[in-house]
Amino acid sequence: MPKKIINLKVNGRAHEEAVEPRTLLVHFLREQLNLTGAHIGCETSHCGACTVDIDGKSVKSCTHLAVQCDGSEVLTVEGLAQGGVLHAVQEGFYREHGLQCGFCTPGMLVRSYRLLLDNPDPTEEEIRAGISGNLCRCTGYQNIVKAIQYAAKKLQQDQKVTA
Amino acid sequence: MNAPTDPKLHERKDALQGLGDSRLRKEDARFIQGKGHYVDDIKLPGMLHMDIVRSPYAHARIKAIDKTEALNVPGVVAVLTAEDLKPLKLHWMPTLAGDVAAVLADGKVHFQMQEVAVVIATDRYAAADGVEAVQVEYEELPVVIDPYEALKPDAPVLREDLAGKTSGAHGAREHHNHIFTWTAGDQAAADAAFASAPVTVSQHLFYPRVHPCPLETCGCVASFDPVRGELTTYMTSQAPHVVRTVVSLLSGIPESKVRIVSPDIGGGFGNKVGVYPGYVCAIVASIVLGKPVKWIEDRVENISSTAFARDYHMDGEIAATPDGKILGLRVNVVADHGAFDACADPTKFPAGLFHICSGSYDIPAAFCSVKGVYTNKAPGGVAYRCSFRVTEAVYLIERMVDVLAQKLGMDKAEIRAKNFIKKEQFPYTSAFGFEYDSGDYHTALQKVLDAVDYKALRAEQAAKRADPNSPTLMGIGLVTFTEVVGAGPSKMCDILGVGMFDSCEIRIHPTGSAIARMGTITQGQGHQTTYAQIIATELGIPSEVIQVEEGDTSTAPYGLGTYGSRSTPVAGAAIALAARKIHAKARKIAAHLLEVGENDLDWEIDRFHVKGDPSRHKTMKDIAWAAYNNVPAGLEMGLEAVHYYDPPNFTYPFGIYLCVVDIDRATGETKVRRFYALDDCGTRINPMIIEGQIHGGLTEGFAVAMGQQMPFDAQGNLLGNTLMDYFLPTAVETPKWETDHTVTPSPHHPIGAKGVAESPHVGSIPTFTAAVVDAFAHLGVTDMTMPHTSYRVWQQLVKSGVAL
Amino acid sequence: MIPPAFDYHAPRSVSEAIGLLGSLGPDAKLLAGGHSLLPMMKLRFAQPSHLIDLNRIAELRGICEDGNDVVIGAMTVENDLIANPILQAKVPLLAEAPKLIADPQVRNRGTIGGDIAHGDPANDHPALSIAVDAAFVLQGPKGTRQVKAEDFYLGTYVTALAEDEILVGIRVPAFAAGTGWAYEKLKRKTGDWATAGAAVVMRMAGGAVTHARIALTNVGPTALRATDAENALTGKPLSDASIDAAAQAARAVCDPAEDLRGDRDYKTAMAGQMVKRAIRAAAARCQ
Repeated sequence: MPKKIINLKVNGRAHEEAVEPRTLLVHFLREQLNLTGAHIGCETSHCGACTVDIDGKSVKSCTHLAVQCDGSEVLTVEGLAQGGVLHAVQEGFYREHGLQCGFCTPGMLVRSYRLLLDNPDPTEEEIRAGISGNLCRCTGYQNIVKAIQYAAKKLQQDQKVTA
Repeated sequence: MNAPTDPKLHERKDALQGLGDSRLRKEDARFIQGKGHYVDDIKLPGMLHMDIVRSPYAHARIKAIDKTEALNVPGVVAVLTAEDLKPLKLHWMPTLAGDVAAVLADGKVHFQMQEVAVVIATDRYAAADGVEAVQVEYEELPVVIDPYEALKPDAPVLREDLAGKTSGAHGAREHHNHIFTWTAGDQAAADAAFASAPVTVSQHLFYPRVHPCPLETCGCVASFDPVRGELTTYMTSQAPHVVRTVVSLLSGIPESKVRIVSPDIGGGFGNKVGVYPGYVCAIVASIVLGKPVKWIEDRVENISSTAFARDYHMDGEIAATPDGKILGLRVNVVADHGAFDACADPTKFPAGLFHICSGSYDIPAAFCSVKGVYTNKAPGGVAYRCSFRVTEAVYLIERMVDVLAQKLGMDKAEIRAKNFIKKEQFPYTSAFGFEYDSGDYHTALQKVLDAVDYKALRAEQAAKRADPNSPTLMGIGLVTFTEVVGAGPSKMCDILGVGMFDSCEIRIHPTGSAIARMGTITQGQGHQTTYAQIIATELGIPSEVIQVEEGDTSTAPYGLGTYGSRSTPVAGAAIALAARKIHAKARKIAAHLLEVGENDLDWEIDRFHVKGDPSRHKTMKDIAWAAYNNVPAGLEMGLEAVHYYDPPNFTYPFGIYLCVVDIDRATGETKVRRFYALDDCGTRINPMIIEGQIHGGLTEGFAVAMGQQMPFDAQGNLLGNTLMDYFLPTAVETPKWETDHTVTPSPHHPIGAKGVAESPHVGSIPTFTAAVVDAFAHLGVTDMTMPHTSYRVWQQLVKSGVAL
Repeated sequence: MIPPAFDYHAPRSVSEAIGLLGSLGPDAKLLAGGHSLLPMMKLRFAQPSHLIDLNRIAELRGICEDGNDVVIGAMTVENDLIANPILQAKVPLLAEAPKLIADPQVRNRGTIGGDIAHGDPANDHPALSIAVDAAFVLQGPKGTRQVKAEDFYLGTYVTALAEDEILVGIRVPAFAAGTGWAYEKLKRKTGDWATAGAAVVMRMAGGAVTHARIALTNVGPTALRATDAENALTGKPLSDASIDAAAQAARAVCDPAEDLRGDRDYKTAMAGQMVKRAIRAAAARCQ
């Protein structure tokens, strides 16, 4: 099948690439753009390790075709830090021990990033529901919840500072 | 180590961020920025991709394999079958358990999803297309999935390759599907205890097959350099040095030219210990084709073909006095090993350390026997945070003690306290010959009972039982486990003949920072942090500047890897002792610099100072510099050491877990209201990391007890081998965990630490079962087999006549 | 993990999509949210030669009002249903129930139309659509027609949608004042399909039930309308007895497939339990 040309922005940078229609976005990111942060943990769209942010929405990149991203803006974990400064969610995961093996972490971070943009002051129940599309085998989620709470607080404080 | 009272000393100690400090992790930076280095992240120039053709049948002859169509798929470079591996004698390989396993099916397949052929292509998409195009003709054979059926005289012969072999690696074989019978304890003493006992109870307990399912699946990148004759393989391996030795033996390439690298690993949990056919085939393909070959399995492949856990059918019996004192224990186990015995156990223990099954109790007479059996299922058995069958052992004894308690109408906490090994009895030698190093079970139990107000919980349960309209059944599960980890003393424990020591080398640089390498390999346990903390406290160098490396066999000293909670007990000891060698040399250098005798010096936190005159001191940093330019006569330059530690004994962490459940009588839904976990792992290196490990282990235990299963139908089809059905709980289902601890150091360990990461898995699973069964105990129920899904619990509600 | 090769089309209008459906033939499949189709293709259970991606067709998205009806574009994603103020006000069941479908990421892509048109008895929107008296708007080369939700499901993966038609919208009459509603879904974990699900919409007046719709998820070859259960409630006051009778009648129409969620007995019993829970929850919402 002939390849398609797609134009998209990934972490703020414009790309023009040729892809097969069947190329999954997660493979496109990992293999063609060498952004190996998004991981593959299953093939049935359950684990969420592949989660990225497409046009402002959390999406499982293993269940999205690269061709569907023509004209889109994609954010991956590699794009969270700005100017060498970690995003609040990254700092939260570090400070609250929200990771162990690190495999679910990129997906968790990108998901948490969007969760807090959509809901800046979530309850614990909302956080747990908010990350229910991301599986973790190491942490039991308890410190991940604390990490996201840390980030929520930090983002609110940073808002107050800049306001 | 006591906290210094002098604030300046406090400051110096805190600056080290050493033993006992909940310091943040050193390894996090790369993971939180998506810069982890996992096997599938590795790209080498010219790299090919390998995918595997697998059998849809559980038991069948292979009549023909046609590669033609596959070889015509654009991008496909080669297709290999057993026929291609035969000239290299690699179509079969030895297992860790003294059996052989097929690398690629040789004339027949023995389990569904067994590897039949491999396709190598220029990219993974072409490899997948190639797999679809390989045509295999099968002739189905009768399937055996029940180990009891497998032992019947007329059962189909599964292992034709073992025809006529009346003994295997572990002794006599009584039947064509029998692997071994292994025993421990004193049968005569146990039988005598039972013969005269006033009370006996017996219970059949099945611990179903489950799978560790780490988030990262297994895989490798094999790269043979034909010019240098060197093989490098990046691999998801929990034991890279052992793999290097095995690969060298299998391939004929000298071990000095084989390099195995375990990079970042996305969870192991015992799933990544063994050598899988995928690794062997990728290595062979790389050698044959002269290019790197990557193989990464899918989730379905991972669940269906890699090391499963458990599948133990246990018959337990306890002999006791009428007031609940245990006199004897007998256990007989039928162990379903699948089609090949690939159990990752120390060689002498085909049933692992199952004989820890006398648990935390002072039982005078005990006997156990384990019968291993072949069936048409994937091989494995020892995996999933099990500490070598300790999961099964703890399950057995804790369930049996509850059965006894229920028979005698005794409280489940009271009966445990009555039978505990007492603090004064340590070190305690069990009826199975384990020498438990230390423990104080009574103190720990009381701490938990007080924390949860156990009396009030039992009162609440009694009130609910008395109310016929209560919409829920309430259950309280209590487990008081001792587990055995830290394999192990080399005279008892070896993997393929290599003693289960472990190692550490440390080198201090002139400017005072350090690098250290060990023979273990972290998969999320935080070794880069905790190991640095041990060294920091031993040597007075901040953990922040101690670089820890593991996993590259070309640089790390030989070790047996990380599984069975052995890293802290074995490598941790090697680390402390290597550090102490450096410490001893540092003292000599300090004495030389200060112009005093070695015995005129005291060590305090980060420096030697002249006795009585703290102003005359040399820090470890000062000494490091001097080590490279000013050492006493007769002493070598440099400041480094290696230690290979052969542990004198296992270690015996213990715990007290209590769980409260509420079961919805209408649906069988079981809510974990509370889970209180007290762990004693001796000295605690990093409490934050320990707590994280406990949360993770409890969550895996919750998954096993409440939802995981691997059901096979009569044709040997594995049902539910995707994450749609295989239960991995999300943050919504996962309960909130309460953790607590006591500290009972191990007397034989250099820093008194025991290891902890498997305890929450080992201990929590029987706790959940205990709670669910306890909810029905007043109705005469003594056992319910896992998983306790709402469906299965509902069936018990109906059976007991209390479904709404 | 890797889907077989296919050709990809991204039409910009419904008529273009219909044209492609006609010209590409039966080997073409419509791509909506993709979270049913793509996993099937990755496991190679489905191997279409062409995918017609509906995601670029703006006219298929969005929710508006047309008279007393709320009109939902078929390509509206689940999270947009949840957030939509019109649905929250006029058909709150359809804003609330999607929270029980899949997980947050999947709900950013999964569409109401895909969920409805797939004909999968495990999906939730079929029973929800029946409970709210929805009509599906189908468009093909011959024009547009409407089919009531309760007439749409003919068998497992078999619907009234012709091979050359596309589901373009869902029309739902706005709830009358005082309508109570609920969706109770028993599931093994977040993201799972229902072990059994019950959607209930009801109204009460003068102490009696005046209107009841009860529809069941995943306990038959299609979503099921439990008419006898509805009749057990209407025309009388709500009581434990009438609720039990409704549950019993609902159980009588169940014909569940056995799987790892449960056997026939369990799923049927749970359908009854979900009906009871949903009736009680809906009644509590009746003003």
